[in-house]
Amino acid sequence: MEATDTTNPEYFHKVVDCQYACPAHTPVPAYIRLISQKRYTDAYLINWESNVFPGVLGRTCDRPCEPACRRGRVEKEPVAICRLKRVAADFKDEVADLLPKAGPPNGRKVALIGAGPASLTVARDLAPLGYELHLYDEQAKGGGFMRSQIPSFRLPESVLDEEIGYILDMGITTVFDTYVDSMAEMLTKGYDAVFVGSGAPRGRDLPKLPGRQEADANIHIGINWLANVAFEHTREIGKRVIVLGGGNTAMDCCRTSRRLGGEDVKVVVRSPFADMKASPWEKEDAMHEGIPIFDNHVPREFVVEDGQLVGMTFDKVEPVYHPDGRRELVSTGEDPVFFPCDDVLVAIGQENAFPWIEKETGIRFTSWGTPIINDDETFQSTRKEVFFGGDSAFGPSNIITAVAHGHKAAVSIDLYCQGKDLSKRPPPDVTLIGQKMGIHEWSYDSIPITDERKIVPLEDLKRSLNDRMVEVELGFDAEAAFIEAERCLNCDAQTVFTDINCIECDACADICPTSCITFTQNAPEDELRKTLMVPAENTEQDLYVSGTLPTGRVMVKDEDVCLHCGLCAERCPTAAWDMQMFLYNTTKATPNLVHVK
Amino acid sequence: MSYYKPKFRHPNLPTNELGYTVADYDGAISTLCAGCGHDSISAAIRNACYLSAIPPHRIAKLSGIGCSSKMPTYFLGRSHGFNSVHGRMPSVATGASVANRDLIYLGVSGDGDTASIGMGQFVHLIRRNVNMTYIVANNGCYGLTKGQDSATADLGSISKYGARNPFEGIDLASLAVLQGASFVARSFSGDKEQLEPLIRAAMAHRGFAFIDVVSPCVTFANHVGSTKSYSATREHLDAMPIDFVPMREEIRTQYKEGTSQAVTLHDGSIIHLHKASEDYRADSREDALMALQAAHGAGKVLTGLVYLDTNSQDLNHTLELASKPLNSMGKDELCPGSRVLNSINEGLR
Repeated sequence: MEATDTTNPEYFHKVVDCQYACPAHTPVPAYIRLISQKRYTDAYLINWESNVFPGVLGRTCDRPCEPACRRGRVEKEPVAICRLKRVAADFKDEVADLLPKAGPPNGRKVALIGAGPASLTVARDLAPLGYELHLYDEQAKGGGFMRSQIPSFRLPESVLDEEIGYILDMGITTVFDTYVDSMAEMLTKGYDAVFVGSGAPRGRDLPKLPGRQEADANIHIGINWLANVAFEHTREIGKRVIVLGGGNTAMDCCRTSRRLGGEDVKVVVRSPFADMKASPWEKEDAMHEGIPIFDNHVPREFVVEDGQLVGMTFDKVEPVYHPDGRRELVSTGEDPVFFPCDDVLVAIGQENAFPWIEKETGIRFTSWGTPIINDDETFQSTRKEVFFGGDSAFGPSNIITAVAHGHKAAVSIDLYCQGKDLSKRPPPDVTLIGQKMGIHEWSYDSIPITDERKIVPLEDLKRSLNDRMVEVELGFDAEAAFIEAERCLNCDAQTVFTDINCIECDACADICPTSCITFTQNAPEDELRKTLMVPAENTEQDLYVSGTLPTGRVMVKDEDVCLHCGLCAERCPTAAWDMQMFLYNTTKATPNLVHVK
Repeated sequence: MSYYKPKFRHPNLPTNELGYTVADYDGAISTLCAGCGHDSISAAIRNACYLSAIPPHRIAKLSGIGCSSKMPTYFLGRSHGFNSVHGRMPSVATGASVANRDLIYLGVSGDGDTASIGMGQFVHLIRRNVNMTYIVANNGCYGLTKGQDSATADLGSISKYGARNPFEGIDLASLAVLQGASFVARSFSGDKEQLEPLIRAAMAHRGFAFIDVVSPCVTFANHVGSTKSYSATREHLDAMPIDFVPMREEIRTQYKEGTSQAVTLHDGSIIHLHKASEDYRADSREDALMALQAAHGAGKVLTGLVYLDTNSQDLNHTLELASKPLNSMGKDELCPGSRVLNSINEGLR
């Protein structure tokens, strides 16, 4: 194998598994360390710079970081990263004065359509540069799906208002209660660029299922129904409710139903339980509230008697997995199952819909109804001053993905408005700093504790089911947060190897608790992986290979289960190993938005 | 140095025949200097015991005084151990070996503990052919007292203070061959590929097995001019590789005719020796001495198994001592009473 090029920041970036997995690449270990030091405000600021909505995401994020967390490969469970983010938001001091203000006007004007996380991120990133930003939304308040889709018992309105307020206070012109119905007209208003962050607003239906028309009064599209609840147009539902679908929207629908009078609420889903799109913890939360999930049931008919919906029938299926990875749902041959109900909520997916973008604008769409976009870096559409982001760009995803799109689109818009080449993007902001403080002292808590993952305490079930505004999760207290923070392995404390210093004494290989380091003859990667002290079977994790050493061997480190404990560097007599803190901040239109020591 | 080693281990750590991982053979975290050759030897001992699937509780570690003699704390944390008086480990080892012949004895000593204060005890240990493995971690200096030249420091080696050693060093391997040791090897702490099989073979050998391991003192003898630094040792190394195949494993590797020699130990395990030359015989004391002297003359450090007598007879057999450990005998066996004493006395009249 060729020697690893650690001058490319992407190598060490990939070692920080959580940050690498995060679409917005939030420097997770950095803020977790600040939490363990009780520097909650600083932890919040680092989050805010990267993901814009720490309080919201600390409650609602899809957590791509947690399955990636190295701790999950070393022991049973990853660090509770998401809930530590909430800790930073819960325990921070007043931050308004620490956040950037709108910059002196630069004479450029940008329209943002849809006030969801993508548009708000673009606004946040561009405001300090002096852009005049006009934010359009059909609702009376900003937030988009964060407000209309996520129930208050998961995300209190006060948290949402606070974090949207930080952005709107940067001199954003809001044009709320206004549905934009013509892109062509928008393009005549003299904007230098237009950003579309209008989401994927159309909930899928089952128009052809027998009984659909007759039972219409008691069949509701999940996302619309949730929005009606959020804006208090809907205040109750029948006692017996069937929720169709297996995603997080279905989980929000069933749990909201329990709070609006639903007593016998069940989720019925086509796919097997394990394949459901909902996050595992959201399924657990629903079941904890007494909601059964019936998997492998395909809707057959809405049963209507005397013009009134009385229930639904389902065909039972079982999954057959083909060698090419395709899944087929095959009937079990059993009789259809009947579940009685008063109301049905359909939460089987969402689609993009742009009825307001006229053909003559030159904005073209794919056959799936998503806009044709330059690439997933620039987010530029086929009309050069129009950019897309969030769900409206590639279809339904999640908040953190929308934020990541927003950052990139803001960079593009800024380059575009300056007449620069969109493909020549500024590099990420990267630092790599030695952490040695003494013979066996590092500037971080290098030895990992063995405590198991802390469980977030919940509100009393009866009380939370009685009031949809009562938040279910109570969040960690300071003590639990400290222990959970200490579980972090500090993967950003990089093991940096300088081969010319190495005398091949083997001290690092001998001491490494997880047998990551091997000195051996070089070979092609597949062979090398087999010959290490413990074979490196996780091919998603890189091998760190040195240049050839005096004995003709190379140092090979399998990054997979490195504890970043620093013992290799402590036992190294020549400082060939050093622990260096790696901070990686993705490219943003305005760099260094916050200042943390 | 470091105070604490994390508890987590690689989740896919392989296990040996006993179901133990190599981590089950770990000891406490080392307090020796970072990069000390002795730590490498500790790791080689740990790996050797793991690979040979020796139950940790069947091993007794013995040592004297010095950096080397601190080592047993840092490996085999679940084995027996005795840290004795300076240079007096051979007496303790002899006593332990005759009292309980079933344990595997592993002595760890240094150049001071063996070649200076302990020299008298050392040669008698060899002469009696006590059934044990005796490893000298040889760095040619007194690391624990700021790096003065030891009795094994090579002639002309420059100390860290700049003084040239005016004396010829004691060659412990030659001495052991000459004194009649049944297993004599030399190795280098930085060559685990050779050191591990040597330790395994030594532990399988019946009789006294001696391994002189060049183990650089990273603090006081790893500078230019020191003949036992990492770089000087590597530069002058003349290694004869060795493979150890335990009895229960089949032989997989093919060796070139002439340059290798297979030796079967009393327990059925096999050592494959890759010899320095085609006519080299590991079972010849003359060849061993010649090879060691020739290498020394040429400024080389010859490493590998230099001498082996598979038919050696250890102390317990020579003295016809009890065939089982004393601690497995009852009071009546250990102290048969005045009637038996009287009959012995009668027999002597």
